Amino acid sequence: MAPKDRKPHVSRNPDLIRGVGKYSRSKMYHKRGLWAIKAKNGGAFPKHEKQAVAAAPVEKPPKFYPADDVKKPLVNKRKARPTKLRASITPGTVLIILAGRFKGKRVVFLKQLTSGLLLVTGPFKINGVPLRRVNQSYVIATSTKVDISGVNVEKFDDKYFGKKVEKKKKKGEGEFFEAEKEEKNTLPQDKKDDQKSVDAALLASIEAVPDLKNYLGARFSLKAGMKPHELVF
Amino acid sequence: PFKRYVEIGRIALVNYGKDYGKLVVIVDVIDQNRALVDAPDMVRGQMNFKRLTLTDIKIDIKRVPNKKTLIAAMEAADVKNKWENSSWGRKLIVQKKRASLNDFDRFKIMLAKIKKAGVVRQELAKLKKEATA
Repeated sequence: MAPKDRKPHVSRNPDLIRGVGKYSRSKMYHKRGLWAIKAKNGGAFPKHEKQAVAAAPVEKPPKFYPADDVKKPLVNKRKARPTKLRASITPGTVLIILAGRFKGKRVVFLKQLTSGLLLVTGPFKINGVPLRRVNQSYVIATSTKVDISGVNVEKFDDKYFGKKVEKKKKKGEGEFFEAEKEEKNTLPQDKKDDQKSVDAALLASIEAVPDLKNYLGARFSLKAGMKPHELVF
Repeated sequence: PFKRYVEIGRIALVNYGKDYGKLVVIVDVIDQNRALVDAPDMVRGQMNFKRLTLTDIKIDIKRVPNKKTLIAAMEAADVKNKWENSSWGRKLIVQKKRASLNDFDRFKIMLAKIKKAGVVRQELAKLKKEATA
């Protein structure tokens, strides 16, 4: 029979205690049916011939032996993976940004990028926060969720947000500085279009909930009498 | 001078400890400082009087009733509704609600307060105008 999904083999010799089986060697010989296999093969256990080992390439003795023993670095099997996401942060959660030029802004969480940073958007029309990356540590997760099913975030990754590498120009004089200034400041049109497409789907689900649009447009601040350790977000 | 007495059947509010905020019935008095206390959702046990605050509500039971009788007596006296309609009970419910408010809820409440204040101010302005007119 062709080997299909095999169940892992269960031992025919149950343990009395760890290390001591119920059946002796001779009993197990009989149980496993080795006598039947031998009989089928004419009195001896079936063998197969050894596969010929390919001749290993001849290794030359090294030219150089170091004077002292060189220490090998220890084995490191750790894998790099994105930061563990807090359980309270799921796609569609409203987050409060705590630092940077958008501090206090309430913002919608889209997904976690492979670097561990969170991809987040205002939406831009509501509070001026564009598609942006934010670190999990600078964020408070509220328990308010927005329906994010209509949004396609597949194309955004860390490279999308990286700094653009400029080609080095040949050294000029005088005119050099003016030319540089004109080019830098505008956002490329395709990024603006990406923002619009992401926000269009989001806005529809935000306007479905009363007051949510105003909520996202307002900044969060601590007022008198608010104790952060007692507040439920 | 005293209106609320420790007696068998007096309902008290626990103000300290593991059962903080629960309503319990005084089922027996152990000595000068402690009472045997019981509630439908807890195991009967002793509590110091200092941990209890007496309420106005009293139910009709004999000394140390079994759980079934206790629950029946509480239903008969309608303790739950009496408590929830009393001003003390209502205050506690409001406190709990406020403590559990979401950030979004707090925002909605702020909008509602501003709206209400606006309406009140309009009415006041109207009344003022009528008074001076």
